[in-house]
Amino acid sequence: MIAGLYRAGDSVLHRMGAGAKIAALAFAGTLVLTLTSLWLAGGFLGIVLALYGIAGFGPRLVLAQLRPVAFLLAILFAAQIWLAGPADAVLVVIRFAALILAAGLVTLTTRTADLVSAIERALSPFARLGLDAGRVSLAISLAIRFIPAVGQITAEVREAQSARGRRPSPLTLVVPVIVRLLKMADEIAEAIDARS
Amino acid sequence: MITLSGVRLERGGRLVLSGIELALSERRIGIIGANGSGKSSFARLLNGLLVPTQGSVTVEGLDTGKEAKAVRRKVGFVFQNPDNQVVYPTVGEDLAFGLKGRGLARPEITAKVEATLERFGLSGFGDRLVHELSGGERQMVALAGVLILEPQWLVLDEPTTLLDRRNTRTMMAAVEALEQNVVLVTHDLSLVETCDRVLVFGEGRIVADAAPREAIATYLRLVS
Repeated sequence: MIAGLYRAGDSVLHRMGAGAKIAALAFAGTLVLTLTSLWLAGGFLGIVLALYGIAGFGPRLVLAQLRPVAFLLAILFAAQIWLAGPADAVLVVIRFAALILAAGLVTLTTRTADLVSAIERALSPFARLGLDAGRVSLAISLAIRFIPAVGQITAEVREAQSARGRRPSPLTLVVPVIVRLLKMADEIAEAIDARS
Repeated sequence: MITLSGVRLERGGRLVLSGIELALSERRIGIIGANGSGKSSFARLLNGLLVPTQGSVTVEGLDTGKEAKAVRRKVGFVFQNPDNQVVYPTVGEDLAFGLKGRGLARPEITAKVEATLERFGLSGFGDRLVHELSGGERQMVALAGVLILEPQWLVLDEPTTLLDRRNTRTMMAAVEALEQNVVLVTHDLSLVETCDRVLVFGEGRIVADAAPREAIATYLRLVS
């Protein structure tokens, strides 16, 4: 849901309220997991793809939503073939792909601020239990905003290690990336303080 | 006016600043000094991001230690790296961030965001993703995100360090056009040449407080 990020547009999906889209996603997510027929699951996937068309998005954006999870879907597919057979493997992959695409569609057609406001409104009744909805929504915004930054830091560290003749591995990447992320977190906290 | 009385600042057991006695009221104040001389910590004292270990800092009569929130409404702060200052994914959402925190109604926020985008040459950038912008554009968004809150003072901590010459010129032209009082921390000596007053920091102390030409000469002697 996060990776897509908002794409401006004027479709009916763009104009739909963020709260309604989140509720519809929750409902569709529950529904798709109850579908045991390959045809029904395929039909659901078809509806999601049609909604991409209605929102004005082409096949390239559909593939962009699935690319980051392709490896995971492949593992899921292989495991399901081994555990339950090919028909169930296809069903499971279709369900997950449809769900990922539906979640991506919500992000692509909804401004982050509107998503966050909707979550904040939904959480506001819990204020009496001590939950600060404002803080939760800010944390969600920050997570969305800084996902590309985390990718960029990782790429920079990898490049710096390669430039010094070191072959980057997950083990050598982890520590410098975490150190830079912690420093970045300190600076972001300071900036939020300064703007509050 | 910003007043610093008997200010001493320690961080992590290390003395960062000492013996600071100042009254700042000029429209353009430059801060220069070597790395580690205390100028960035000094800048953070001005809007309450840091509070002095001893002494006091007041902004228009408000103590930064006791009324930090009110002080931050009066003093905007622009950091060196815009990547860590812009907190929302799109430009428009980020500009709205501070306004929402002040409880403004949605139509008012939208109008202010549009006006600010236009003012800073960012028309049409409202829906653009921040991480897809150039460094210069990102720093301009960071500046706009602070100025939309209409502070009386603006503190800029090395705002042009990551910018090329063209973006530095654009950024400084925007800063020069501001009606706010500006405190500019920088390593670029050419940027303080037009200031009304320049402070030179060295090893946690103010070693010169003078007009630009004299202050720059003192700094160059210090680092030579």
